[in-house]
Amino acid sequence: MKNNEKFLEVRDLRVSFFTHAGEVKAVDGISYDLGEHEVMGIVGESGSGKSVEAYSIIGLLQNPGRVIGGSVKFMGEDVLAYSEEQKREFRGNKVSMIFQNPMTCLNPVYTIGNQLMEALLCHNKDVTRKAAYDRAVEMLELVGINNARKRMKQYPHEFSGGMRQRAMIAMALICSPKLLIADEPTTALDVTIQAQILELMKDIQRKTGMSIIFITHNLGVVAEICDRVSVMYAGHIVEQGNVNDIFYRPKHPYTEGLLRSMPRVDTKERERLIPIEGTPVDLLNPPKGCPFAPRCEKCLKVCLEHKPPFLQVGEDAHGSACWLHVKEMKEAGE
Amino acid sequence: MKKLIEVEHLRKYFRIKLGTLKYGSIQAVEDVSFFIYVGETLGIVGESGCGKTTMGRTLLRLYNPTSGRIVYDGTPIYDSEKKISVPMLPYRKKMQIIFQDPSASLDPRMTVGEIVGEALSVHRPDLKGKEYRERINEMLDTVGLNSEHANRFPHEFSGGQQQRVGIARALAVEPEFIVCDEPISALDVSIQSQVVNMLEDLQQEKHLTYLFIAHDISVVRHISNRIGVMYLGQMVELAESYELCSQPMHPYTKSLLSAVPLPDPQKTRAKKRLILEGDVPSPLNPPTGCRFHTRCPYATEECSQRAPVWKEYAPGHFAACHALEGK
Repeated sequence: MKNNEKFLEVRDLRVSFFTHAGEVKAVDGISYDLGEHEVMGIVGESGSGKSVEAYSIIGLLQNPGRVIGGSVKFMGEDVLAYSEEQKREFRGNKVSMIFQNPMTCLNPVYTIGNQLMEALLCHNKDVTRKAAYDRAVEMLELVGINNARKRMKQYPHEFSGGMRQRAMIAMALICSPKLLIADEPTTALDVTIQAQILELMKDIQRKTGMSIIFITHNLGVVAEICDRVSVMYAGHIVEQGNVNDIFYRPKHPYTEGLLRSMPRVDTKERERLIPIEGTPVDLLNPPKGCPFAPRCEKCLKVCLEHKPPFLQVGEDAHGSACWLHVKEMKEAGE
Repeated sequence: MKKLIEVEHLRKYFRIKLGTLKYGSIQAVEDVSFFIYVGETLGIVGESGCGKTTMGRTLLRLYNPTSGRIVYDGTPIYDSEKKISVPMLPYRKKMQIIFQDPSASLDPRMTVGEIVGEALSVHRPDLKGKEYRERINEMLDTVGLNSEHANRFPHEFSGGQQQRVGIARALAVEPEFIVCDEPISALDVSIQSQVVNMLEDLQQEKHLTYLFIAHDISVVRHISNRIGVMYLGQMVELAESYELCSQPMHPYTKSLLSAVPLPDPQKTRAKKRLILEGDVPSPLNPPTGCRFHTRCPYATEECSQRAPVWKEYAPGHFAACHALEGK
């Protein structure tokens, strides 16, 4: 990788689903950079396009979904232009993914060992079965599964929820990828197990130095593990910045609203929650202007008509897409 | 304060088939005792499979209890020792439930008006024609929907609106007590707070008593006056919400609180964690002695042999742990 090239560069990515009811713009022009060794959180509600965006990077987008514009560059190479052959090479060795529900992602009729070894043997033609076995055992030990040799022979149903997610992580990391995409890896788990898995992921990230894209709707988890955060709403990134800026100095009304509406265990008094009013966007008939405008309490006239530009609002690439910033800048200029 | 509900030594076992002629029993709720004051919200937290939903449903006698005693407003509605088991129909009007997943609990072939009106036609046969329709519209209005919505089907609504229909359905018969079984966990973050606020307002307006069941301790803490923590079918600690979160006694409550990530990067990273090893054991053959001893960082010899006693350690603060008994 040359110095001026970014690790992962997503520019104006657009993904649409062509359904019978019409075109759904699931991802509508998002851009971001991810550095090496960085953990980026993508937060958003269901339907905000956070998973679709990740699926299109790794090339797992399924019909009727299509990338209709933009570019994704991984270490200088255009990922979207890859052939099927190149994509297979790219997945596993360079990028890997963990999914939300480990039970539906593991094959119930193969042993855990078999599935772990398969991942390695498919991607590296020169690895022997013996070496693959040893590597699989090593990976299971790395993710904190005791009795790894015995566990290799077991089937997914013999594992508990937390253990299955550990096995999924082992499988994702067996080819030592440089980028890991984690799609809601802890959502299906209980809090005490979630704490175990987050601890494990932090630990592995420190050891291997890989980059992680962490997709979640849980702001607590983001605060825990991420360096940078992108907040998504209706297919747009509405705010982006480092974790401290997003949590302590949010600029976009949606981010502010989300943070305010969450109940917390660390407050003294029983305060009333301040909800974001209204309902989520219907992506078949998105609003003309800013997608958040119908629910925004600071909505201006221009918000209903035109999409806001994504502007720099602070240090360390802290950006936000809101007409209020334009207004503030104009006022400051006068 | 007056107690609306008293539960003593409630047990619920499910018989399951293990093989040909081989049966086992899942001890979903094992010896749970507590009470709920009139007008309060009692929160119940615990991980999946800890029996919180079963307990809520057994309390309403949607499941028949295996043994124990349930008293509603002074009258025993179930008592296994005295062989009392009253017909529940008159009580259904007083005790209602809001279910977790609104898309699964609303009949897809009934309109919202029919769903809300169904309970009315059973419990309020005196309401006819115009009165009946007005009552339905009034109910929809209370939960922030309008009369136009009565003719639509559940699939035409978003998750948050569906849950509002579920709440309107529960409220239609004017109950005194509602079991809220994870009413917001299926909803989006920005919608959750809307529903929580609405439940709080309705409680004020209609003087309702809630049993609020959820796995997310931050939500439970927000809405409840008192919180009970369950682990593997048993209640391990019960106290006033603020006290429970600031001075937890039971090691399980401590670990549960420390495992919750806070939406505050500096605080959450500085937090000391008590991370539990391993997973929840199977309720098919739960551990002997204290059920938590297999994962408890402070477990001793005694914990694996004898079950701890459920006792009041501070005013209104109940717990069951050997480490506390010694003190």
